[in-house]
Amino acid sequence: MRIDLEPRGAPSRMLEILAPVAAFAVALLIGGLVVWLLGKSPVRAFQVYFVEPLTQGWSLQEIAVKAAPLALIATGLAFCFRANVWNIGAEGQFIVGGAIGGWIGLLTHGGAGQGVLGSWWILPAMLIAGALAGAAYAMIPALLRVRLGVSEILTSLMLVYVAELWLDYMVRGPWKDPKGFNFPVTVTFDSSATLPLLVEGGRLHAGVLLALVAVAVATVIFARSLFGFEVRLVGAAPRAARFAGFSEKRLAVAVLAISGAAAGLAGIAEVSGQIGQLQTSISPGYGFTAIIVAFLGRLSPPGILVAALVLALTYIGGEGAQIALKLPLDMTKAFQGVLLMCVLAADVFTRYRVRIVTGGRA
Amino acid sequence: MTAATTLATPPAENTPLVSLRGIVKRFGDFVANDRIDLDIRRGETHALLGENGAGKSTLVKMLYGLLEPSEGAITWEGRPIRLTRPDDARALGVGMVFQHFSLFDNLTVAENIELVLPKEARRADLAQKIAAISQRYGMALEPDRPVWSLSAGERQRIEIARCLLQDPKLVILDEPTSVLTPQEAEKLFVTLDSLKAEGRALLYISHRLEEVKRLCDRATILRRGKVVGACDPRRESARSLAALMVGQEVAEVKAEGQAANGPERLVAKNLSMRSRETHGVALRDVALTVRGGEVLGVAGVAGNGQSELFAALSGETRADADEEVWIDGRPCGLSGVTARRLMNASFVPEERNGHAAAPDFSLSDNVVLSRHATGGLAKGGFIAAGAARAAAQRIVDTFDVRKSGDDPPARTLSGGNLQKFVVGREILRDPGVLVVNQPTWGVDAMAAATIRQAILDLAARGAAVLVISQDLDELFEISDRIAVIHDGALSARSTRGRRHARKSAC
Repeated sequence: MRIDLEPRGAPSRMLEILAPVAAFAVALLIGGLVVWLLGKSPVRAFQVYFVEPLTQGWSLQEIAVKAAPLALIATGLAFCFRANVWNIGAEGQFIVGGAIGGWIGLLTHGGAGQGVLGSWWILPAMLIAGALAGAAYAMIPALLRVRLGVSEILTSLMLVYVAELWLDYMVRGPWKDPKGFNFPVTVTFDSSATLPLLVEGGRLHAGVLLALVAVAVATVIFARSLFGFEVRLVGAAPRAARFAGFSEKRLAVAVLAISGAAAGLAGIAEVSGQIGQLQTSISPGYGFTAIIVAFLGRLSPPGILVAALVLALTYIGGEGAQIALKLPLDMTKAFQGVLLMCVLAADVFTRYRVRIVTGGRA
Repeated sequence: MTAATTLATPPAENTPLVSLRGIVKRFGDFVANDRIDLDIRRGETHALLGENGAGKSTLVKMLYGLLEPSEGAITWEGRPIRLTRPDDARALGVGMVFQHFSLFDNLTVAENIELVLPKEARRADLAQKIAAISQRYGMALEPDRPVWSLSAGERQRIEIARCLLQDPKLVILDEPTSVLTPQEAEKLFVTLDSLKAEGRALLYISHRLEEVKRLCDRATILRRGKVVGACDPRRESARSLAALMVGQEVAEVKAEGQAANGPERLVAKNLSMRSRETHGVALRDVALTVRGGEVLGVAGVAGNGQSELFAALSGETRADADEEVWIDGRPCGLSGVTARRLMNASFVPEERNGHAAAPDFSLSDNVVLSRHATGGLAKGGFIAAGAARAAAQRIVDTFDVRKSGDDPPARTLSGGNLQKFVVGREILRDPGVLVVNQPTWGVDAMAAATIRQAILDLAARGAAVLVISQDLDELFEISDRIAVIHDGALSARSTRGRRHARKSAC
């Protein structure tokens, strides 16, 4: 007996939309099984994870706040993944963007260095610096790839740990708040270095708008622009892209810069909008979760927006489950991993039909 | 043999070696083989004729156990059999020589042969066996040569030797001469004749009708998955066989009798280039000139630098110096493919799926693929989708491209229709220079005639056309002059093409 994968003629539009939904359903079943094996009620867990966060105003805001960085990073990653460039290091670009952007907030703390300009420029400068720093950090794997042929998968991933340890050092050392009772945190940013809130007294900050704008812009670029065409073509048929006159190397640098900038921007938006200071860890793994978001959203920006909301829900639900059911937070990460596997498997099934050959006639 | 043998009647003289009855093979909704009956007798050379896509390969894959029939029965020496794996077929005595070789370039001839043998048959007297086969069938084989240093003909001999070591009763040959020079093909025919003299049956797949007439005793003709006729090829003319294959008479292409003495439009001088692939071919001092109104044919056996020459002329690979390639009197050796398109040159590569066209992209996107810089299809960085669709529609209308749906993905088109589309895409730009590699490779006869006619019409409008092809008949039909590429060097003395002298098509 053997199992054959036969290519389907043309995957139907319906199938392509249903595949991620089916993947999510299968991941739920597997997650439920694990919860059951841990001795808890899967039904109750489902309720805590996926229903309760949707019933309260504060948690809805929290979902949006968590979905924003995911959507922003995943939109950038969509450029990479569509062009067959495998940037696994968005987490590192996120951290470096947040740290460098935040650094401007530290430099201008308490009115320092503002001179005659006033303070209006600080926030834009932080955002721009964050995006540029993320892009610059992504240039390391980009140049290693196009100059020396080093796989960006390894370099971008390893640079995540470099970024994490570097931020850890900076916050414990040079950037530590002198009046912070030796806690490894910086001073709290001034209001001029903090993204404004969208809802009075709430959690929703302007970083959410950045994500929405990024999704909209990326949608137009993919659908209408020659650059989007180039990205799609290089990924789908590299030889045809060369024939079209597009340079794979130039494109690899461009998409890594874009995704690095998006991750860096997400990083600084998180730091200045949500955390309000730098600390040893500024991301609950957004850069990695965004990879799942990108694929769950089928690498299309509107899909990514939906997927980011779903994944944000698992973060919030995971916190709830920790409190209500004493389920470990790792359960959330495990579920996200299972979800990614299911999405990738569903992709295979949309493109191929499985045929089991038992030696009899097919 | 098994106990079942005793029940079957002993193979009589007139029992066919193998017979197929009512064989159907479906892939999804597509019927590749439709109720095929076929008998092959001992000691006969049986031709399987048909155009690309007629179902020949599918049929023989079922005989070799690579595919299983959806319906129908196969009998071997009068006994019903079921082949589920190539091992089953080999055990019965079916051998197959594939069109595409499966050899390891970095291993020697002997190592490549050893790899496919069952474990117990390996080592020991293998070298002697190879020598014996080599002698018996007049196939020169050097066991210790690495495969990468061999010609296509020598590589094929390895495949044949592999097959003969298993002492097959039926040998299937899938387009064996498509990669051979005429001299190599002649040697192959001698080998095949001696195989037949030993009483082995040969199933010979080809669309080269002269060969079939030379070699085969009987021919079965397939069209669109069905058997449409059987005949004695020695009694038919090439023309009548072609008509049987295609189902209708193929139109002759007509050249406008214009003299090819326009200005020099495409020139290469001292064009040398190292290959980017490990065992690829380097171009050596290629010099050529194509004038306006002229079709220059580049003949040669596959793998002698054709794709490298195409890449060098199109700009996909850049030359070392600007002066190595000239378009309309301007040097462009260092320019990329887009810059050369802007100089009003157009290119059609050999492989349509994934090189000339992106299979998953719509036809209009595939127009953007090669015209984004020249066709007014991209303005200010954005694609003019309406203009791209209109351009695609014009190609479809002009070249009679059959498609389903409004703007379907390129991969849904048949080979011939997609080829018409990519050739049409370039020709409708009305380029001053056209370089095309294998314009009708794997294309049915009607589409091939359309494409050739379009190339001739373009030249008649004053364009310089360079056609790289392995099909000599095609080159004779459409070229004014023919040069030969061998091991990366282009023959200095161009022989005259017979475009005006020769009348017969097909």
